[in-house]
Amino acid sequence: MRDVAIIGAGSTKFGELWGASFRAIGIEAGARAMQDANLGGDEVDAIYIGNMSAGRFINQQHIDALIADYTGMATNHVPTTRVEAGGASGGVAFRQAVMAVASGLHDIVIVGGAEKMTDMDDDSINSVLNATSDAEWEAGMGLTLPSLYAIIAQRLMAEGIATREEIASCAVNSHFHGAMNPDAQFRKAVSLDTVLHAGPVAEPLTMFDCAPISDGSAAVILCPLEEAKKHTDNYVKVCSSMQASDTLALFQRESITHFNATRVAAQQAYQAAHITAADIDVAEVHDDYTVAGLMALQDLGFWKEGEAGRALLEGQTRFDAGKTAINTSGGLKAKGYPIGAAGLSQIVELTQQLTNRAGPRQVRNAKYGLAQSTGGTGSAVTVTVLEAM
Amino acid sequence: METGIVSYGAYVPRYRIKPEEIGRIWGVDGKAMGRGLMINQKSVPSPDEDVVTIATAAARDMMARVPDVDPQDIGALYVGSESHPYAVKPTATVVAEAIRATPNLTAADLEFACKAGTAGIQMCLGLVGAGMVKYGVAIGADTSQSAPGDALEYSASAGGAAYLIGSERIIARVNRTLSFSTDTPDFWRREGQMYPVHGGRFTGEPAYFRHVSSAAKRLMADRGTKPEDYTYAVFHQPNGKFPTRMAKQLGFTPEQIAYGLLTPEIGNTYSGAVPLGLAHVLDHAKPGDRILVVSYGSGAGSDAFDITVTDEIAGYRRANAPVLDQILAHTVDIDYGTYAKFKGSIALPEE
Amino acid sequence: MAMVVAREWREIPGRYNLEGTRCGCCGKIFFPSRAFCPHCRRQSIGKMEPFPLKPTGEVYSFSIVHQSDGFNRRMLPYAVVFVKNDDSIMLAGQLVDVDLPTVKIGMRVRAVLRKLDEDGKAGIIHYAFKFVPAE
Repeated sequence: MRDVAIIGAGSTKFGELWGASFRAIGIEAGARAMQDANLGGDEVDAIYIGNMSAGRFINQQHIDALIADYTGMATNHVPTTRVEAGGASGGVAFRQAVMAVASGLHDIVIVGGAEKMTDMDDDSINSVLNATSDAEWEAGMGLTLPSLYAIIAQRLMAEGIATREEIASCAVNSHFHGAMNPDAQFRKAVSLDTVLHAGPVAEPLTMFDCAPISDGSAAVILCPLEEAKKHTDNYVKVCSSMQASDTLALFQRESITHFNATRVAAQQAYQAAHITAADIDVAEVHDDYTVAGLMALQDLGFWKEGEAGRALLEGQTRFDAGKTAINTSGGLKAKGYPIGAAGLSQIVELTQQLTNRAGPRQVRNAKYGLAQSTGGTGSAVTVTVLEAM
Repeated sequence: METGIVSYGAYVPRYRIKPEEIGRIWGVDGKAMGRGLMINQKSVPSPDEDVVTIATAAARDMMARVPDVDPQDIGALYVGSESHPYAVKPTATVVAEAIRATPNLTAADLEFACKAGTAGIQMCLGLVGAGMVKYGVAIGADTSQSAPGDALEYSASAGGAAYLIGSERIIARVNRTLSFSTDTPDFWRREGQMYPVHGGRFTGEPAYFRHVSSAAKRLMADRGTKPEDYTYAVFHQPNGKFPTRMAKQLGFTPEQIAYGLLTPEIGNTYSGAVPLGLAHVLDHAKPGDRILVVSYGSGAGSDAFDITVTDEIAGYRRANAPVLDQILAHTVDIDYGTYAKFKGSIALPEE
Repeated sequence: MAMVVAREWREIPGRYNLEGTRCGCCGKIFFPSRAFCPHCRRQSIGKMEPFPLKPTGEVYSFSIVHQSDGFNRRMLPYAVVFVKNDDSIMLAGQLVDVDLPTVKIGMRVRAVLRKLDEDGKAGIIHYAFKFVPAE
């Protein structure tokens, strides 16, 4: 197995991109990443694309073919693989791409994530999201996806692991950073009060505890580490990309106050990278719900159980706080959550951070970055560790 | 062979609306309407309740009280209602599944306005008595509709009760049952129509009073009994006035009909009315108590029962399920807007 | 006119009567039913028995749902719960006939049959267990 590098990264703006179809969105980030990597296009050996639900959102199956075609790669008959794993579609696609290069099977690989959600009405969109829980025994019984995360939140609060304010401050942190990201859907900071008093979705969670509906794509280019210098000076090393599964239904877990899949994937990722949680300078975590973001900080080992909430509340997660900077992109909450793109958006942000190109939200001396991507209620989690070179 | 009631269960939804609230919307003195009908409030089903769920709740309580009875020994199950959820597809089989009585039984839905439940009891008595089934279940339940703004809106309510009929360990023996049936068009609903129509004051003397009194008198003549021989009497109760007047005309006292008269507190539960009234009596009955039960269904007919409570009731595990006094103690008042929303009078998009 | 019915019909034992499975090898109980035990794996194939779960239990966690489309629009806001039943198996469902401010972790509940949804005004009505407060 050989080491893998990221030699190019690109993201579209995330938001309600009314003028852009899935086809347009699907290829834009890839094009930017190719430019960033100084590649022409004929070098590409394989494509991986994370997309959760084009079949339901725009009635288009066979996304692999659409992407291969509209990126122009179909003329070279480049193998294209579409990956789905709920909210972790992008993270899992990334890991598949890393494995393809690490194994020696392919050299230059584009991996992207894309989702077009706004071509569907809100009620139907929510129904698609709910389908990442247990469709028969959770969603089918009236438990919406936000209510499942709210059920987790109630338990965290009851067990004294986090307070309501601490949970809400995950959104405050995301918006603080989003305000500095020109690609973010929401570029305004919000106060804790705003989060706490926004319209209720599933108590105790409000609209501001939940990531928005978004369109967008993000992509990176991979190549063997030993070849990276040929293409660019701005490259990072993929130290590890690990993945873990768990039960589909949240009610079947042994605990609902932590995600074992995150803990297992993280442990494996640190081990393979020969580091510990303390070495991570900047991390992108899957804050589709504030409570998920908070739990991730604990499950990844950045803060002990019961302490991540206070860290968020006190601003210790900010890019300039000198601890582990969390969601400098704005996270899913403020940058936006085009589902399949989320996992790749995280990688793009970390790449910028680790190559000193994150502008006003640059984390000083960032050496190691971590991305955590989650599907459903923690049924699939990928954890990736990147290193600045 | 002696046949009768082995167990029973009852259910009434928890929401209530008062006549003054209904009258407020239609510009009518609702309180006066309520006084005239002798109805203080009526029950309203939640949007997730219907005859299936009400019948199931009653039937499950009925089974909980006889844990030694194997539901697989139930050979027949009938649900009588005028608000079955389907015009075609029986309520009875859903209930049978929900009490684990399937698949070796006969089942059917019944309709005879407000007396479909008691008709089912008669059918089960026949099947048990003939040795064709070991146990039969008869349920009367309704979530009856009434046209908004019509007089019936003050009384049409929701509820039901279930009876396990058998020949062993009977808690209330049915000494005799007989009926009085004629073609009398006092109240009806055509197929496909949403709301019933009634004949106004024709629903009184030629309909309710003629059939209930005829069946009652026939039964008492058959048994050689007089009103004072009965501890309790349960008459059909579309409002509080009719059964009170009927009891007086036949010679029964207000005390005899008190337990069996629930309509003033829950409204007219149609096919559930007499089954619920009888259930409330059985909640309080003692060995040796004798009960006269006379139902009435528009269109028209009355089923009469002469019942004697047995010693078996002393060992009956009534406490395994809530009694009606407990169920009726927890109510929630709603306003007309909520009532209209629950009843589906406000059509939502895509409906 | 044909409509799809089998998918919900085959879930009736679980949806109406909380019927799960019990592993004939290790005795563990599962809801919903499983074809084999995730602990005993291949050994358990053919040894899973139907097992009706107890309909009583206590609330492990809950939420009050304020946004929902479809059938539950007439019942908003409504409570959803995780219930640890008296067999120690976790169940998920709605909690109805309850004063919402009184919903709390630890409260005793029991399962009842209620309408879950329907396939439109002309379609099949789906019934399933929901919870109500137990005395």
